[in-house]
Amino acid sequence: MPVFLKEEDISIVLCGEAGQGIQTVEVILAQAVKQTGYHIFSTKEYMSRVRGGENSTQIRISSDRVASYVDRIDILLALSYGAIDHLKDRISPNTVIIGDPEHIKSARESENISSGLNANFIEIPLMQTAEDIGGIIYANVIVAGALSCLLDIPKEIFDGLISDMFARKGPEILQNDLKAGEAGYTLGKGLMESEENQVRLSLEAHSTVRDELLLSGTDAAGMGCLAGGCRFMSSYPMTPSTPLQAFLAGNAHDFELVYEQAEDEIAAINMALGASYAGARSMVATSGSGFALMEEGVGLAGMTETPVVIYLGQRPGPAVGLPTRTSQEDLNLALYSGTGEFPRIIFAPGKLEDAFTLSQQAFNLADKYQIPVFILSDQYFADCYYNIPSLPLEEVGNEDYLIKTTPDYRRYLITHDGVTPRGIPGYGEGMVIVDSDEHDEEGHITENLEIRTHMVDKRLKKMDHIRKDALAPELVGSDDYANLVLGWGSTYWPIREALENINKKGLNPDSRKTSFLHLKQVYPLHSSVTDYLEKAEDVIILENNAQGQMANIIQLETGLEIQEKFLKYNGMPFSVEEVEKRLLQFMGIEDSGPDGHDKPSGEVL
Amino acid sequence: MKPRDFDLPDADVAWCPGCGNLSILRSLKATLAELEIQPENLVFVSGIGQAGKLPHYIKGNVFNGLHGRSLSPATAIKAANPDLIVIDVSGDGCMYGEGGNHFMHTIRRNPDITNLVHNNMVYGLTKGQASPTSQRDFNTPLQVDGVFLEPFNPLAVAIALDASFVARAFSGDRKQSIEIFKAAINHKGYALVDIFQPCVSFNKVNTRDWFREHTYYLEDDHDPQDRNLAFQRATETGEYPLGIFYQNPDKSTFEENLTVYRDEKTPLYQRKLDKDKLRALVESKR
Repeated sequence: MPVFLKEEDISIVLCGEAGQGIQTVEVILAQAVKQTGYHIFSTKEYMSRVRGGENSTQIRISSDRVASYVDRIDILLALSYGAIDHLKDRISPNTVIIGDPEHIKSARESENISSGLNANFIEIPLMQTAEDIGGIIYANVIVAGALSCLLDIPKEIFDGLISDMFARKGPEILQNDLKAGEAGYTLGKGLMESEENQVRLSLEAHSTVRDELLLSGTDAAGMGCLAGGCRFMSSYPMTPSTPLQAFLAGNAHDFELVYEQAEDEIAAINMALGASYAGARSMVATSGSGFALMEEGVGLAGMTETPVVIYLGQRPGPAVGLPTRTSQEDLNLALYSGTGEFPRIIFAPGKLEDAFTLSQQAFNLADKYQIPVFILSDQYFADCYYNIPSLPLEEVGNEDYLIKTTPDYRRYLITHDGVTPRGIPGYGEGMVIVDSDEHDEEGHITENLEIRTHMVDKRLKKMDHIRKDALAPELVGSDDYANLVLGWGSTYWPIREALENINKKGLNPDSRKTSFLHLKQVYPLHSSVTDYLEKAEDVIILENNAQGQMANIIQLETGLEIQEKFLKYNGMPFSVEEVEKRLLQFMGIEDSGPDGHDKPSGEVL
Repeated sequence: MKPRDFDLPDADVAWCPGCGNLSILRSLKATLAELEIQPENLVFVSGIGQAGKLPHYIKGNVFNGLHGRSLSPATAIKAANPDLIVIDVSGDGCMYGEGGNHFMHTIRRNPDITNLVHNNMVYGLTKGQASPTSQRDFNTPLQVDGVFLEPFNPLAVAIALDASFVARAFSGDRKQSIEIFKAAINHKGYALVDIFQPCVSFNKVNTRDWFREHTYYLEDDHDPQDRNLAFQRATETGEYPLGIFYQNPDKSTFEENLTVYRDEKTPLYQRKLDKDKLRALVESKR
């Protein structure tokens, strides 16, 4: 009798210590799954340490599109002693836990874990098999092989990926890895055919998926930066912005850009502004406290009207906070950073396509208005992967806003819209003079208070046009709604999937329709946001922070107060299940579904 | 060219009468004229302080940024467009205090820029506090017991880091200053010129006469390629040597090391997006 049979949407979680090669499994499986024709989503959560700790990667494999984190674990691959304990809150009676006998034994013997833990345990001789091949380092590839077998992934696809990945490590290691994969397939086959511990997975493959893109949030943003003509990036490594730095540094040769690891974030943003002053589209990437160091430079961008793109990968603060976790806590920091008053734009992508387009537009708008433009990402968004059909490459169009200067060029000539045509040094005969002090139209320092007023007005006047250029929010669902769910940035897919689940289960009666409004430009807001909010009878907002920062900005910008807030700030992203449960409450519907094993996670009203 | 080609007739010079900066400004204009540098190819970068205002009194492009940060934009301007001649003008507070970290790392990068540091051993703009180069026992409203910290020695630090050009000038000697400035600008790589300069309002100890009495020029046979000797001379106190202490002509510059210029020297702003490459990158993820 089969212990486990699962169709359509499978959540596999791999858990082990840092250094055990879980990311390798993630990469191999994600590719193998996509090449087989299944939809894939993966996300990881990890501790801030180089070795040890407990890290897990969730891989969702589905017959339909998936792009969000779920609490549910269908199969847990436990690769360390602590794995089961680490995930015990997410293990349900339906979870199959596969692991080495030793790891499973230790979990079973632990009072702390096994009491109340009702799951199915399947032992496979993982460590012994790895030792036989050449060492426990091969355990990860064995796991990848076993899962690939269960998922019916053709062996040639698997072997091809192993070869791509390990060929550069030499023939001996490659041979061992191929052997490890083979051993994994054998173990997997054993599980499929086992009488007592049978595991069967059944998914529908789609040939179209094979040709789709498999990207992370970082990849999509990085490609957007390249599309936007980024030529210069200076930054200081900081999780979770480092992957974007690595992406652009890795593409620097092909795309003719300069990446410089600065001595600190202060140097980073000042370098970016220098390069931008000399005409190169420039950016920095950082996170919370690194960005705090850049704030003075943000003011300099504002005063000198120098374009710069700031990618801010959010993680929990204050100070160093939880370095490897996720949050949406730095919206206020971005909005209010820098001394004095000047315009800015803040984007927050929620899906890969948006990350690409918004990043590209960030460069264009920074140049158009000569202002800092922010891309607010976060750990969850930066690190997750999923497949999409394509990126809107054809829509990429970069305007060139630089002019050749004449001898009488004035860098801060006051114009009707506040935007002075932008010259750069060495292009034309004019002098390009910028100053962090208040300055006259030529750019020279001044203490003339009348000029001061004119210059403040000039800078702020741009805001009228920036508002007109604001990107409209995306409404998911019917125009004819009574309930409105609000989200911004990376919460897009968890909210969307939760609502779709509610609809699919038929829990949502038509009388009070519920739609979802996603803000991808969080500042300044598009004028339609007010209309959308006014039309709703009830509104709830979901944010990965403790104070409802977006709700407060909405109130500030529209005068409308959002009463209901679902806030999560324990460092983890929203799961589909918890969003579903909370939205059912919001909609006044009792949750009678079977997936009600989510735990409180720091949310308040 | 004539020094007056670099004049800005309408400039509202905010320095005190007799300020050492005025001499530096005159020497610099003469230097640039002698070198036949076109103002449109010249970028002055500065931070905050009285020295930081100098770019507003001379013809050229200007990036007058934040206190202590000038070397970061200066490096990046040169990296974004190596055709530009970049001169960073800062004071002792800006460069050695607030900007100490950038000073150190810019030397490591070795961009082809000239760094003129007006060193009057006092904070002038904020009216008379100690600077990193203030001498011991210097009394100020903030250092009420007198300075008891070791003065920062920019030359010794720069030579220790193998800065590619290290010199000291005295603003009161324009002829020699011009020679040192010319050598610094002509030098390929980062060139530090620490310029002794009297603050007539807030430093009553290290006056023009004091500098005259406490300085002398390195001997004609001083070998600027002898790093150990240069370091030794840089640690001399009491009597301070002037001139070119150290020069390493063999170091590659920051921008030379950037692969972006390996095959093509075009400044970054002139390069256009290669959509085919972008498409290929995206397709590689299929």
